[in-house]
Amino acid sequence: MSRKLTIKAFKYNPLSKISKPHFVTYELEETPFMTVFVCLTQIREKMDADLSFDFVCRAGICGSCAMMINGVPKLACKTLTKDYPDGVIELMPMPAFKHIKDLSVNTGEWFEDMCKRVESWVHNEKETDISKIEERIEPEVADETFELDRCIECGICVASCATKLMRPNFIAATGLLRTARYLQDPHDHRTVEDFYELVGDDDGVFGCMSLLACEDNCPKELPLQSKIAYMRRQLVAQKCK
Amino acid sequence: MNIQYSDALVIGGGLAGLRAAIEVAKSGQSVTLLSICPVKRSHSAAVQGGMQASLGNGAKGEGDNEDLHFADTVKGSDWGCDQEVARMFAQTAPKAVRELAAWGVPWTRVTKGPRTVVINAQKTVIEEKEEAHGLINARDFGGTKKWRTCYIADATGHCMLYGVANEAIKHQVKVIDRMEAVRIIHDGKKCLGVIARDLTNGQLIAYIARGTMIATGGYGRIYKQTTNAVICEGTGAAIALETGLCRLSNMEAVQFHPTPIVPSGILLTEGCRGDGGILRDVDGYRFMPDYEPEKKELASRDVVSRRMMEHIRKGKGVKSPYGDHLWLDISILGRAHVEKNLRDVQDICKTFNGIDPADEGPKGWAPVLPMQHYSMGGIRTKPTGESQWLDGLFACGEAACWDMHGFNRLGGNSCAETVVAGMIVGDYFADYCKNNGEVVDTNVVKDFLSKEYQYLKSLVDKEGQNDVFEIKNRMKEVMWDKVAIFRTGEGLKEAVNELEELYKKSLNVKVHCKELDAANPELEEAYRVPRMLKVALCVAYGALLRTESRGAHYREDYPKRDDLNWMKRTLTYWVEGETLPKVEYDELDIMKMEMPPAFRGYGAKGNIIENPLSEKRQAEVDAIREKMESEGKGRYEIQNALMPYELQAKYKAPNQRIGVDYE
Ligand SMILES: Cc1cc2nc3c(=O)[nH]c(=O)nc-3n(C[C@H](O)[C@H](O)[C@H](O)COP(=O)(O)OP(=O)(O)OC[C@H]3O[C@@H](n4cnc5c(N)ncnc54)[C@H](O)[C@@H]3O)c2cc1C
Ligand code: SF4
Ligand code: FES
Repeated sequence: MSRKLTIKAFKYNPLSKISKPHFVTYELEETPFMTVFVCLTQIREKMDADLSFDFVCRAGICGSCAMMINGVPKLACKTLTKDYPDGVIELMPMPAFKHIKDLSVNTGEWFEDMCKRVESWVHNEKETDISKIEERIEPEVADETFELDRCIECGICVASCATKLMRPNFIAATGLLRTARYLQDPHDHRTVEDFYELVGDDDGVFGCMSLLACEDNCPKELPLQSKIAYMRRQLVAQKCK
Repeated sequence: MNIQYSDALVIGGGLAGLRAAIEVAKSGQSVTLLSICPVKRSHSAAVQGGMQASLGNGAKGEGDNEDLHFADTVKGSDWGCDQEVARMFAQTAPKAVRELAAWGVPWTRVTKGPRTVVINAQKTVIEEKEEAHGLINARDFGGTKKWRTCYIADATGHCMLYGVANEAIKHQVKVIDRMEAVRIIHDGKKCLGVIARDLTNGQLIAYIARGTMIATGGYGRIYKQTTNAVICEGTGAAIALETGLCRLSNMEAVQFHPTPIVPSGILLTEGCRGDGGILRDVDGYRFMPDYEPEKKELASRDVVSRRMMEHIRKGKGVKSPYGDHLWLDISILGRAHVEKNLRDVQDICKTFNGIDPADEGPKGWAPVLPMQHYSMGGIRTKPTGESQWLDGLFACGEAACWDMHGFNRLGGNSCAETVVAGMIVGDYFADYCKNNGEVVDTNVVKDFLSKEYQYLKSLVDKEGQNDVFEIKNRMKEVMWDKVAIFRTGEGLKEAVNELEELYKKSLNVKVHCKELDAANPELEEAYRVPRMLKVALCVAYGALLRTESRGAHYREDYPKRDDLNWMKRTLTYWVEGETLPKVEYDELDIMKMEMPPAFRGYGAKGNIIENPLSEKRQAEVDAIREKMESEGKGRYEIQNALMPYELQAKYKAPNQRIGVDYE
């Protein structure tokens, strides 16, 4: 038996002089395995073509569609309506990012800045001759690097983070995970000292208050807290040296 | 008026665009890259299965080399590809994988000693060599002689894209996201750049450069059933078409993938079958061996897709509210394998269908149905990646018809193409930008800017009769019903007629939200849908005229591959004001081929209308080979005698492999 869903979506255009923040309510029929992506697509096609939101892959892999769903940041394309027993779903844009319009926020800019801050690329002095056999990497080591490479830059951990909301420059779990990823990768020749330069302060690894919401909400189930703790131990040891 | 200058301009930030941009940045020039979404969210992130490159590290890859990769690619293309490009590609692919490894892409590596794999539904033990330990591993994919597909679990595209995007940041590529190219600026001969619309505030900006590259990906979203991301709307190819000069080529060559999940259309990678997963019908029966005894589930994608539809037509599909489907069973691989190597597949099945594919028996089977997946056609280019008709315009990746895939591309050859073309075409592009001075007439630019503004204003001002979403959804249905896996002349004719009507209607829609200086998703639809319809018309019209079956293009009324009349590439272009594309053809020269057309190895022999030149050329090829082999010449020399091809020295250098060194 299908039921009625009530979707309340936040609408506001910060660039417009007349726009005021408000909620608009839409009612639709639920279908089997309906996701918030399916709801929003229907709303745009049939009820409100002007509603802004972001989807790319609609499969939970690209990180575009994170938004606040009944107060919790989640990937909208992977959120099933059946998980909301009363059929009422309230959608808001994620905090901590620049608001673009309605449910859309600027994660691209934030993440590019984060990548520049932690210099999110392999640092290595030598020139690789790509005609030659590649450097050998222990299979488990490659797998471990992959485990930390899986972040999809959705921003959910950032939006979940109380420290980030109080301290706008805080690099957040994803930024610290990125440093752990390169510290783990044998291709990267940076030392703990180098990473200390990048994130060894209160806007970095020493700012985290271990509230754990980042890890609880991460859709890729990344080991954020243990990696932050790991980075902190490494960097403290560095400081005490 | 906002005009931005740089040496090079790249439109599209998937693997292809980013890799090309890095090549330009390395040449010391400034490069600006525009993308409608943050680049790491590009469709390339969705690649699960992997990337083909003949490294030959693993036991099942032993003996692999460029020659085998080339031959598989040409056969896979059903002889529709440009063989010189396929050569350039096969030679560079191992270098591309190795470069990515050096950039930190965590490829899955070989572990020495015995390991258990599933081959043809049987558990089999293979022994990995000591000297391969720690080198890049590869898995099996459809249509290949060796296990050649390098991978990272089932998140290959994500890791590749992040590796390349991070490297682009390092090289100071200027990335501007939420910026959509809406018009190519040109003076009738030369491309000057593009007009782009800022999707956050509606501003129009002219981006001017010495050279412009389009790397905007495929056009899957013109179909109702597709695995493609929602942004794969083909607008990059469409703006090239709208110059009236550039040609789109082989647009009717559209690939359908056997195993997207029903109903969402999210892909379950070919790696599922590559790793040993099998297809079952309504009775739980494994039917593929009956149709393709040799390659079974791992025949080429076009073949498997057709066999599945054929089986459904015989009444062997599983009924569901979304139509008939079949089952994909990966539980036979064992839970441990699924949880390690097919984790995203498991996640997709759980989230979107409530199934755990590691569960044994029918409980764990996933409902699948072939859907649109890949665009072999695109903006026609020379082997250097430059358009033959508009100076200074380059294209690469899925948006281009560089033409290494012909009428069917092999799994794992497409993300390989993106990075390989990014390197090769990126390098030619960098050279072009360096050597061609600015001759920008600002009046032309101003003119384009004001015309574009007027156009967008006219869209919001018009009180049109039609609803843009209705038109769009109808287009998708027409494409799916009549221009999909099985095609007939009658159906295609109907499709062309209806699409033409829809195109006319799309010029007269009503946009409710009138704001020009804001994010306005409704306005975006209003200018994109007519472009999508132009692309759809190129596909349908090309398919109607091509009276043969080749690769993914299958005509029930012309089931044979017709080498006598159709060894040619379709070229479509659009004259402003018209409602149908113009079509012309480009002959493929059999007498220059290293591998003349032959039987592809599927179905019944004799399903080809032969071209006498094939036999003639084959005799020539055999004679040259025999003579040179008897003279003790190596494979590089023989290849060069058969079909010389140009490639930058840094990419043409031989590839080293374990056991054989540079041989
Ligand atoms: C689900 C799935 C799985 C796949 N798996 C494999 C696999 O295992 N192996 C394999 O080889 N291939 C695979 N493919 C194919 C492969 O993913 C694509 O062919 C390839 O990623 C295309 O890359 P690209 O760089 O050409 O384009 P894309 O990655 O699609 O990037 C296009 C870019 O263009 C931008 N853009 C588009 N239009 C505009 C515009 N008008 N203005 C500005 N920017 C624009 C977008 O923002 C984006 O950045 C898969 C495809 C799908 C659908
Ligand atoms: S760490 Fe997890 S929550 Fe944070 S951005 Fe990455 S995937 Fe999203
Ligand atoms: S749209 Fe890609 S994660 Fe939701």
